[in-house]
Amino acid sequence: MKVLVIIEHDNETVKQSSFSTITAAKEISDSVEAIVLGQGLDSVIDELKKSDHLKKIYKIDNELFKNPLAENLSNAIQKFAEGSDYTHILSPSSTFGKNMSPKLSALMDVQQISDITKIISDDTFERPIYAGNAVAKVKSTDQIKIITVRSTCFEPCALNSSVDVESLTVNLDKNNSVSFVSYDKSKSDRPELTSAKIVISGGRGMQNGENFRLLEGIADKLGAAMGASRAAVDAGFVPNDWQVGQTGKIVAPDLYIAVGISGAIQHIAGIKDSKFIACINKDEEAPIFNFSDYGLVGDLFELLPKLEEKL
Amino acid sequence: MKALVCVKRVIDYNVRIRVKSDKSGVETDNVKMSMNPFDEIAVEEAVRMKEKSQIQEIVILSIGTDKSQETIRSGLAMGGDRGILVKTDKEQLEPLTVGKIIKAVSDKEKPDLVILGKQAIDDDCNQTGQIVATLLEIPQATFASELKKNDDNTLDVTREVDGGLETVKVNIPCVVTTDLRLNEPRYASLPNIMKAKQKKIDVLEIGSFGIDIKDRLQILEVNEPPERKPGIKVDDVEALVNKLKNEAKVL
Repeated sequence: MKVLVIIEHDNETVKQSSFSTITAAKEISDSVEAIVLGQGLDSVIDELKKSDHLKKIYKIDNELFKNPLAENLSNAIQKFAEGSDYTHILSPSSTFGKNMSPKLSALMDVQQISDITKIISDDTFERPIYAGNAVAKVKSTDQIKIITVRSTCFEPCALNSSVDVESLTVNLDKNNSVSFVSYDKSKSDRPELTSAKIVISGGRGMQNGENFRLLEGIADKLGAAMGASRAAVDAGFVPNDWQVGQTGKIVAPDLYIAVGISGAIQHIAGIKDSKFIACINKDEEAPIFNFSDYGLVGDLFELLPKLEEKL
Repeated sequence: MKALVCVKRVIDYNVRIRVKSDKSGVETDNVKMSMNPFDEIAVEEAVRMKEKSQIQEIVILSIGTDKSQETIRSGLAMGGDRGILVKTDKEQLEPLTVGKIIKAVSDKEKPDLVILGKQAIDDDCNQTGQIVATLLEIPQATFASELKKNDDNTLDVTREVDGGLETVKVNIPCVVTTDLRLNEPRYASLPNIMKAKQKKIDVLEIGSFGIDIKDRLQILEVNEPPERKPGIKVDDVEALVNKLKNEAKVL
């Protein structure tokens, strides 16, 4: 068996999710290789070649891959994989992987296995369905397994190695039917919700958008990302992209702090893989307490300033 | 322009999911079913484009059991013009199979826009739109939060990607998959629900497509997610910080 990992990066750094995907690959086989497509990849390669578990890195440095257009990436990867003997092709289950990998699977006539959270054997995996309200154990009968990996379920690999890198060229016509226009990075100095070690979220109990400032001070001290429940987003307190839950972002930080959030099913679905959950809520009957490792009953307007002071 | 909107019948998003005791799947008997919420957003977007005269005809396609006709009807009540049901007795089809059928229907219907939800909230695969675009060899814009039709037969699509928003320009015909922020779907009015009953739904047997619908991915078992260990209530902020620092060691 031989596993290929498709590396996600931004032409400057390697995304942490790629290192987690390498760890997942190693659980399938000792023979793991990686492919990086992009433009101006020097710093990406410098970082990636330290990855443990990788036997080899292939890089394709070409202006076609300056932006991660799924059409170009999937075609190039298919051409590369066709001529080799990979049994598994893994991508992180980020928006990058979700956009590109199903195209690769369609080109290779394979039924992709999305968002695996556990590897049982080389053909059997666990993946959440119904937003994590159930877990399916699935067995693939395809000859080649194309998989996306939920990166929060696998630790990033260690970086103590020095892996061989081979440069490849690609014969690919420019796809004229799609072009990249722009990328607007979220304006925030805080970490991304889906990769932060600590997340603090507010719910309807925050009463208005202004009061989210009470969470900001704490987030600053902890280096935490900020999120919100759907109720808070629907009430217009904060923007939609803060939404954590089944219909928003699925997070799995080391610590999730829920403030003024009752704990609706759809919110719990988005946070239940967190290592620790703490909550502050004035209603001691709120369902969130059943899912929290540490619950504090009380008025958040009194408790938040105290918490900020104690940190 | 003609839009093909693909919709899936799924367990309503407000229903608490119960895993069957024999682990073969989740309970669907006597459970409320609805249109996949992301597909509802796709229908809404097509209807809005029709209201702006950017689209002339909206075809609602579903692939499933006879009951999926109800789902198509809700799309027609929102503003779809006619429906197509590709009928199967199989309760679940895999995305690759579904993608092949949508491709076959598209070959016949020749839509300018294939629009559907980014994922179904039952199997959470997030694959079908990408597969359809690949098989049709047309561009895709997934996870759309904004669509702008240009005069030169292109669409500017803003996509919700990790860490921000990406905009791509795609030629028409294309495939768009919808994300939550794109719009808020309307409720169908009673007169429109009545009118929808008169609209035509073509029913095609899945066997007539000559596509192998056998599963490549066998579901061995379905389990409840691991439960979280019950936690404790702490008395005050000091105790909370203390626990987080010394017991959980996350601060």
